[in-house]
Amino acid sequence: MSTESASDGRREVSITTKDACVDFPIFDAKSRSLKKTVMGLVGGNIASTSKVPIIEALTDVNVHLEHGARVALVGHNGAGKTTLLRLLAGIYEPTRGVAEIRGRVAPIFDLGVGMDPEISGLENIMIRGLFLGMTRKQMEARVDDIADFTELGDFLRMPLRTYSTGMRVRLALGVVTSIDPEILLLDEGIGAVDAAFLEKSKRRLADLVERSGLLVFASHSDEFLRELCDSAIWMEHGRVKQHGELEEVLRAYKGTPA
Amino acid sequence: MPVPTVPPESPSRSWSRTVDDLAGGWRQRSLWGHLGWQDIKQRYRRSVLGPIWITISMAVTAVALGILYAGLFGNSLADQLPYILVGFIVWGFISGCILEGADVFIANEGLIKHLPAPLSVHVYRLVWRQTLLFAHNMIVYLVMLVIFPQPLSATVLLAIPAFALLMVNGAWIAVLLGIITTRFRDLTPITQSLVQLLFFMTPIVWIYEDFLASENPAIAERARLAEINPFLHFLEIIRRPLLGQEQHLRHWVVVLVIAVVGWAAALFVLRRYRSRVSYWV
Repeated sequence: MSTESASDGRREVSITTKDACVDFPIFDAKSRSLKKTVMGLVGGNIASTSKVPIIEALTDVNVHLEHGARVALVGHNGAGKTTLLRLLAGIYEPTRGVAEIRGRVAPIFDLGVGMDPEISGLENIMIRGLFLGMTRKQMEARVDDIADFTELGDFLRMPLRTYSTGMRVRLALGVVTSIDPEILLLDEGIGAVDAAFLEKSKRRLADLVERSGLLVFASHSDEFLRELCDSAIWMEHGRVKQHGELEEVLRAYKGTPA
Repeated sequence: MPVPTVPPESPSRSWSRTVDDLAGGWRQRSLWGHLGWQDIKQRYRRSVLGPIWITISMAVTAVALGILYAGLFGNSLADQLPYILVGFIVWGFISGCILEGADVFIANEGLIKHLPAPLSVHVYRLVWRQTLLFAHNMIVYLVMLVIFPQPLSATVLLAIPAFALLMVNGAWIAVLLGIITTRFRDLTPITQSLVQLLFFMTPIVWIYEDFLASENPAIAERARLAEINPFLHFLEIIRRPLLGQEQHLRHWVVVLVIAVVGWAAALFVLRRYRSRVSYWV
């Protein structure tokens, strides 16, 4: 397992996609109802109705990211940002084309995934860490640091269900920002905490980004993006519309000259 | 974590990725080991007795059924109860692997869509959880041994490889069923009904050998049909050693063949559709 060596000698990390496409088949009951099948047969040339409809979420994505890249991901809702992040994480393997991912991926798309409301905060810290590819030992070494950061004190021994939303976010952020990722993929929604805590987590987030070999960050907050990234990918209709220097892409995306 | 080396053409369906999935999942033992325990503790989280409830409910069910069927078939309780108890415990493991296997990827949709973990992690977690349940139920077996001593000999140790074989089979069933049901959701309710039906078709509450030796030739004839049921063999390889009965080689052969054929099918499906599961869930 390479996790032990991750902290010292960092190996090269990179992500390369070549003409990668992500097509979702929609096996909806409606699309396969008898009525439509019969009509499709009668109509003759409406071949698409007799087959499973497909949503082309990503089309011909060509991206090459190397160690040290700090990439912002912008685009409107439904442009394919999250799908692209999942492609880069290796969760979706391309239906056509190739995606090659070198390095240990820590995807942070949803702060709450893998959290169990019935177990204590401390136990959740451990589980979340294991999910993010850390070893039990590494997490044990970090528990105190995380506990300090979350400022939850004795609450950490209480089941997670007793926590307020803000407390959960603190816990999740605490764990997530304590890991040593090679490839860090962040999907918005990180900013849902109170202002004082946000300042503190920003520093931690910046440190995390510093430690990570490669960052891709999807967000609608220009402020956050400017702080963490130097280049950007602009997604539109499942295609990479522009890939370049951050300010340049942001300017084009906003459509207003800065 | 292994660095995938990518051949130019359709890498998702390569054997190397299939093996990587199984091996990579195995390497994450600490994760699924932890989660498996968590699942058990979770189920009884706010109860005072906790996982002991698994043991208690098994004991109650087996005793009740033992008394009922001992009366129905006119057997002595000392024969019927141990038979039903062991059968029930083993069936619990088998049906658990099938029922939860049919749901293994659907139930883990959130994890699959958010974390790039090997699919096999979920399968190992399932088999491990079922193994822990089995271990809890074995306490009832040990208590039973005190009340109804069985003519155990060294062959009781054969229960260990027998259970290992059950685990190996449970894993391929979960891989295969899990992938198929993720694509065809109608199969989940079908599986549930089928498992229910199989419970009655498999000699768990009724003693197979008694029917074989029946004086009524029609019953004996029909009992022989039970040999077609693969689950009979799964039960026999482990029930016989646990009850100190004589072993039959044919049960082991059948289970071994099923393990090999099953894994071949599971590997084939895993290779072809592994990368599709995250699209389907």
